[in-house]
Amino acid sequence: MLRELTKGFFKRNPIFVLMVGLCPTLATTTAMKDALAMGMAVVAVVTCSNAIISLVRSVIPKGVRIPCYIVIIAAFVTIVEMLMKYFLPLEVNEKLSIFIPLIVVNCIILYRAEDFAQKNGVLASVFDGIGMGGGFTLAVLTVSTIREVLGNGTFLGLRFSTSYTPMAVMTLAPGAFIVLGLLLAFFRWRALRKTRMAPAQASVPEMPEAQEATA
Amino acid sequence: MGNLFTIIIGAIFINNVVLARFLGLCPFINSSDKTDKAFSMGAAVTFVMTMASFVTYLIFTYLLKPEAWLLVKLFGGTKIPQIGLQAVLQTAVYILVIAALVQLVEIFMRKSMPALYRSMGIFLPLITTNCVVMGVALLNTSYARVELSLLEAVIQGFSAGIGFTLAMLLMSGVRERIGLLNVPEPLRGAPIAFICTGLMALAFLGFAGMG
Repeated sequence: MLRELTKGFFKRNPIFVLMVGLCPTLATTTAMKDALAMGMAVVAVVTCSNAIISLVRSVIPKGVRIPCYIVIIAAFVTIVEMLMKYFLPLEVNEKLSIFIPLIVVNCIILYRAEDFAQKNGVLASVFDGIGMGGGFTLAVLTVSTIREVLGNGTFLGLRFSTSYTPMAVMTLAPGAFIVLGLLLAFFRWRALRKTRMAPAQASVPEMPEAQEATA
Repeated sequence: MGNLFTIIIGAIFINNVVLARFLGLCPFINSSDKTDKAFSMGAAVTFVMTMASFVTYLIFTYLLKPEAWLLVKLFGGTKIPQIGLQAVLQTAVYILVIAALVQLVEIFMRKSMPALYRSMGIFLPLITTNCVVMGVALLNTSYARVELSLLEAVIQGFSAGIGFTLAMLLMSGVRERIGLLNVPEPLRGAPIAFICTGLMALAFLGFAGMG
């Protein structure tokens, strides 16, 4: 059970390894607090939708399961959207703008519903949701930390040095693409090194499966 | 007329959906390795996006937004028309409309345009979970900076699709060239594609001051 919780963070991180749900990773990571809010929203939606889908999985006919999942997910996205509008400051809401309703088409959530929640029990699905959402949060926090520190010269909104001149391009679109590209390369380099170090195990590369999920 | 021109240029170059708004990155990275594939995907997205802009605009204006015509008709005496159904129903209605539309287009194309269906048909079902369609629908309606008319919304949807196709085609051209090179192994595929996209976005930043 613990394995379901931890696999999402590193081994099967939705962003860096499986490469699903990339849009919010780039769009909401100019500042760390926006990224944190986005990550929490995704954790909430993926956990709740996983739980409900796993609960009703035997009732839903196979042929119409995807529309049913989408409706369940949309309900939770609406709830999260309303809560965020009410509790979070206006500037965070303005930064996230369309990316909160767009959680409904985020590949991570439908992928977890289809790949995990419809085959497993409620508790395992909840753990899987927390793990995958947590992995997503970790990824957006990593990207946003790099972008905020380099591009704005601040850490969580606090200026850490007066002598550093910020690279404005990091907070703009090009910086986001380049940071994510380099991070993906780093994670792949780590995976490649691991497979080279243990050739006897002949581990199956996880990339083909990931591409199927996003394709 | 000038207004429409501003919308077209704005949606294609200044606020390009992929390079400036970060929408639709999954298909952008996954189907931009060959030019013909990229073009089919772009055409399918443009088509669905234009239709979706039309339908979601009508639903938003006549059913969801506060004081909408149908709401006043249905719930005249109550408080519902003042609040509107937008906050509660928008996300669910939009995604269902887009999913239904994609199904419809697929059925229609298979029956009446088999040649076109074969070239872009396999990409159609994937468009439902593509955030670019829903993102543009939201930007046309409740997240619009200024309220748009129906024609403006449809034009914006279509131009955003053209912008998406343009980005896909540029990227596929770059990636076909990269395919011939010896890229270091960890960078092969998506990482180098992202870095190229970053450089392309840098070039598109040059449009940012316009308009």
